[in-house]
Parts: sequence; structure tokens; C-alpha cells
Amino acid sequence: MAEANLVQLGRMSYQEAWNLQRRVGEGVGSGALLDTVLLVEHPPVYTVGRSAHGSLENLLWDEKRRQAEGIDLFMVDRGGDITYHGPGQLVGYPILNLSHHGKDLHRYLRFLEESLIRALQHFGIWAGRMPPHTGVWVGDEKVAAIGVKASHWITQHGFALNVSPQLEHFLGIVPCGIEDKGVTSMERLLGRQVSLQEVTPMVVEQLARVFEFQFRHVTPADLNIE
Amino acid sequence: MAIEVVTMPQLGESVTEGTIGEWLKKVGDPVEKYESLLEVATDKVNAEVPSPIGGKIAKILVDPGVTVPIGTPICEIEVEGSGAGQEAAAGVTPAAETLANAPAPTTPPVTAGAASSAVEGRGRFSPAVRRLAQEYGIDPGQIAGTGAGGRVTRNDVLRVAQEKPASKPAAAVGTAPAPAPAAASAPQPAVLLESAPAVIDEGDIVQPLSSVRKVIAERMVRSKQTVPHAWLMAEVDVTGLVELRERIKDEFKGREGISLTYLPFMLRAVVEGLRAVPEMNAQWNNDSIVLKKSINIGMAAATDRGLIVPVVRNADQKNVVGLAQATQDLVRRSRAGRLTLDDLSGGTFTVDNTGAVGTVLTYPVINAPEAGIVTMESIVKRPVVVGGMIAVRSMVNVCLSFDHRVVDGAEAGKFIQVVKKHLEAIGPDTSIY
Repeated sequence: MAEANLVQLGRMSYQEAWNLQRRVGEGVGSGALLDTVLLVEHPPVYTVGRSAHGSLENLLWDEKRRQAEGIDLFMVDRGGDITYHGPGQLVGYPILNLSHHGKDLHRYLRFLEESLIRALQHFGIWAGRMPPHTGVWVGDEKVAAIGVKASHWITQHGFALNVSPQLEHFLGIVPCGIEDKGVTSMERLLGRQVSLQEVTPMVVEQLARVFEFQFRHVTPADLNIE
Repeated sequence: MAIEVVTMPQLGESVTEGTIGEWLKKVGDPVEKYESLLEVATDKVNAEVPSPIGGKIAKILVDPGVTVPIGTPICEIEVEGSGAGQEAAAGVTPAAETLANAPAPTTPPVTAGAASSAVEGRGRFSPAVRRLAQEYGIDPGQIAGTGAGGRVTRNDVLRVAQEKPASKPAAAVGTAPAPAPAAASAPQPAVLLESAPAVIDEGDIVQPLSSVRKVIAERMVRSKQTVPHAWLMAEVDVTGLVELRERIKDEFKGREGISLTYLPFMLRAVVEGLRAVPEMNAQWNNDSIVLKKSINIGMAAATDRGLIVPVVRNADQKNVVGLAQATQDLVRRSRAGRLTLDDLSGGTFTVDNTGAVGTVLTYPVINAPEAGIVTMESIVKRPVVVGGMIAVRSMVNVCLSFDHRVVDGAEAGKFIQVVKKHLEAIGPDTSIY
């Protein structure tokens, strides 16, 4: 069991959380910080990863429509294509030094999937993988998306679990650039209201199990970074 | 001035290739050691790759969007002074003439003799790797390492040894060590020889490989290259089993909610065979043989995503009904794409229900590092001699491929005889509980 930080940021803008990720990444990289997992809920935003090669082909809504819906747009440095974040989605940014976790990028993706699959199982949802489409799937529908950046074995970005997001917002994009598959949420799968408060502890517990972490619950101020 | 070649770095044991995302430096740009040089995409990860060495970018060998195996030269960096004495960091090999002639994107990761011994940096190989190299009479300094930090790994040595004219008995070369169960399903870097290139004529369709296809290809080549397969077959009279199934299948379906096939009976018989001959439930481990404690039987299954082998764990602790439920559950979940890592790893033996595709004779490829794979072919009615008379019986062929390093024909024969005896002992009134 290795000690790690767990920071629950609550609702925070994408830009602010991204800046925090980078600063935490520097801290983890220099050894000043333990592995640190950030959990956050974003206001509506589309983010486009590196696999899109700068193309907005999979973005269906124009700027006017996005403004009307109140959805921001960011080009980011993670792997994968376009995705959506918004209220009702549990977003996790594990900033880990993979040198301590087997130095294997694919294994890291599988561990993220495994944590979420196990957490979903706890709620009676039988989710699984659909190689080669990284992420967590229930049937042909994706319930959690994954996209990661690694530099010197330090990770950024991570996963987004659809607890109870506004699924209509996914209509504005072709999620991950995969055309023939859908998106779903825990709320839709269970047919009842589900809150982030209900789901977060189980996701934290399974991340701890799979990555063999002993979490210290801390605030951003405790991290002592500017 | 010296030219150093940067190779696609190791991104993890389960990562065999990477796609160049974007070059962060152009030709002519200066670059410092550990400064980000390029981005590499693999699966849903965007990895920034630091430069293993400081200098000036002399040549970029692979364009963005191109996928190359780990260890492939991707760029050249001009370095002040001579390359000798430079500490070798991630994926750097000095450019020797042989490398320069090789076509960049397809160069195999390791080229014997390509690197000069001048860079025999300390720590590029562990004592165990050095010893292994010595056993094959190879200078480890002459191997381009594909491991972390350009280290020469065990696989590098074995690969070079395989390219070399045999100086050791083939049986000792390049076998996968028995992996820990957790790692078993991760694709391992394969020991691949170059295949003859396909001839592409006008109008031919060139299909890119799916990742499942790639993993299957790697495993098949690895198994056929490293495991000495031997094969035998037995004819089994399953008239009693056919009668039993006919008699109880409707009642079974009503009670258990699933169809009763022949597969669980076969699994049961194979469990008996493995119990009687534990050497068949074993794995080759280079200098030892590992007898597995658990009996976990993989069942080869075709899905629309390709061949997969989900595993029935602790098959020896289940009766025919339990095996029927377990196999049904695995088939259902594999079709829905809902298998977990646990379902696909830890197998100790494989059963292939080839009868489902209508064959009567198959030469199956062993799912290494397991020691054997057995098929159940189509059940057909045939005239056979019973007690001096010709009778019409339901017959099935059972074919076994086995790792001849682990067992000989005697053990393999005994195993298949136990399977046969067990299947033939089933009569119309046998209990399935």
C-alpha cells in the first residue's frame, strides 16, 4: 500500500482544473508530491484530444449552438478524440508517477477501466471493455471515457464517469470519433436518480484497491503549490 | 561530430508499437537531454517523449501518423564530440552503417552487429542478461536494447540468438516464461521473424489489422516458433452421451434456463484427464516445468471481434451443470463484450469445440505457455465393429496438440485415453449432478 493524495475539488471550471493538474504534475514529477488523484465536476465543456490532429470533424454543433447551450471548447494534450464533460459526471485526474506502477501505459489504461468496472458492479451495473475502444462499456454504449497524457511517466487527464449528465449534450459531438456506438449513464442504466455523492466513495475505494493506494483526503491548499 | 539514432522508446511491457503524433522539434533545432522531443500516441494515451541526448536534430525518419514498433529508429541527433562514452539513455543507439542502410519504418528493433561496442554503457544490461548473452556467445554490447532506458532485455538477447545461426539446441531458444496469472492476458512483445511480404495486385483489398488480429497473430507466431507441437488423436464412442443428452435436454432447459450442449461433458472429461496426468496441466519454464495447482480451462470461442479464449476457473470443482452454466455465462458475456481481465487470464489448458464448425480432424495451435490443447470434433454416426459385429454408433474424434518439451507421447496418450474412457462411460442414465 502506497500513500496517495485524494483531492475532491467539487465543481470547478475546466481551465482552472487543467492549470491545477499541470502544477500537481510538476510536483509529482519532482518528487515533491505523492501520487495525487483529483476528482472534479465541470461545467459543460467539449475537449478535443490529440488523436483529432486539430480537426473539429467530430464536433457537430457550431459556435452559435454551443453558446446557446452554454458549452465551452478546449483543445487539450491528452490522447483520444473529442469528449464532453458536464454536471452529473465524475471526472478523475490521477496524476501518478507510473515509474511506481509498472511503467506501462496500456496497463495504466486497463487499471483505470478495472477500477470503474468494479465500482459500477457495486451498483449492479455489469460493465466491461470493448477492445480496441478504450473506455468502460455497457453493451454498445459507453458509460465512462478515458484519455490520458503521459510525460516522463507522469500522467495527466484521466477518466469521466457518466453518473447523471445531460446526455443530450453528447449529441453535439461524435464521442471519441466512434460513429456507431452510443453513450449512456448510470442514471439511465439504473432507471433511478443517482448522485455524484453516492458514486464517488465507491470509485475512490476501487481506485485504492486496484492501484493499491492508501488515500489521504486533502484540500488543494494542503498540496502547498502556488 | 557524431550522429546518434533515437528509437521508439519502450512505453510498457504490453505496448508493442506507437504512432508518431507530432514532432515538437524540427530538423536543425537544438534539443537538450530530457527535453520533450515528440508526442507518441498509443491507445488513449498521448505520451511526450523526452530526448535521450542533447544535440541538434539531424534527420527525422518517421512522419506523424505513422505507427512503428518499439525500437524502430525514428530520428537522428547530431551530437558534439564523439558518441563514445556518452551515457546511453532511452532508446539511443549509435548510427552504424548497417542502420543507415536499413529502411527506417520497418527495421526490426534489434540488428545484431549494428551497434558498435564503443557505447557499452554500464547498466545497459543486468547480470542475468549478460549471462544469457554469454550462453549464446553474443556480445551484449552489440545488441540494441529495447528496454527502459535503452536497456538490453532478455527478449532482445533471445531475438538476436534466434537470428543467429543456431549455436544452441533450438529447444532452449525464445520461449515465454510462464507469466504470472495477472499478466497473462497482456499482449507480450512477440519474437517475430519477418514474413514474406504479400503481393498486392490491382483491385486487391488491403485491410489494416485490428488490435485483436494483431495480438492473435503475435501469439500464434510465438507459439509455432517456440513450442515443439506434437499431435495425436483418438476416436471416442459417445453413443451413450448422445442418448443421455437427447433424453434430458428439454427438461434441463426448462429447469436451468440454458441449453445443454456436449461441451460441459467434454470439459468434465478433460478435468479427469488432467487430474490423472498432472504433467498436462503444466507450463514450460526454460529450466523447469511448472505444474499448475489450479485447473482453469480456456475455451476457444469465435466472436465478431475475433477469437477469444475465456477461462472457466477451477473447472475441477464443478459438475456438468456448473460447467454448463459457467460456459454459457462466458459465451453470453463475450458476445456482449463484457468479459473482464479475470475472464481472459489464468488458463492452464484449452479446449476447442471445433465440432461447431463441422470438422472431424484439426491440428490446433497451443495457447502458450500452456502445455496442451484438445479439440472436440463433430459427432457423426459411423459403422463400427462392436463385439465382432458391425453397429451404427455416434463417434467423435478428439485431437490433442501437446508441448513435446513438457510431456512425451506416453503421458499425452494416457491423458487422451482417460478423456476417452470418461466420455465412453457416460450412459443414458448417468447423473449430471
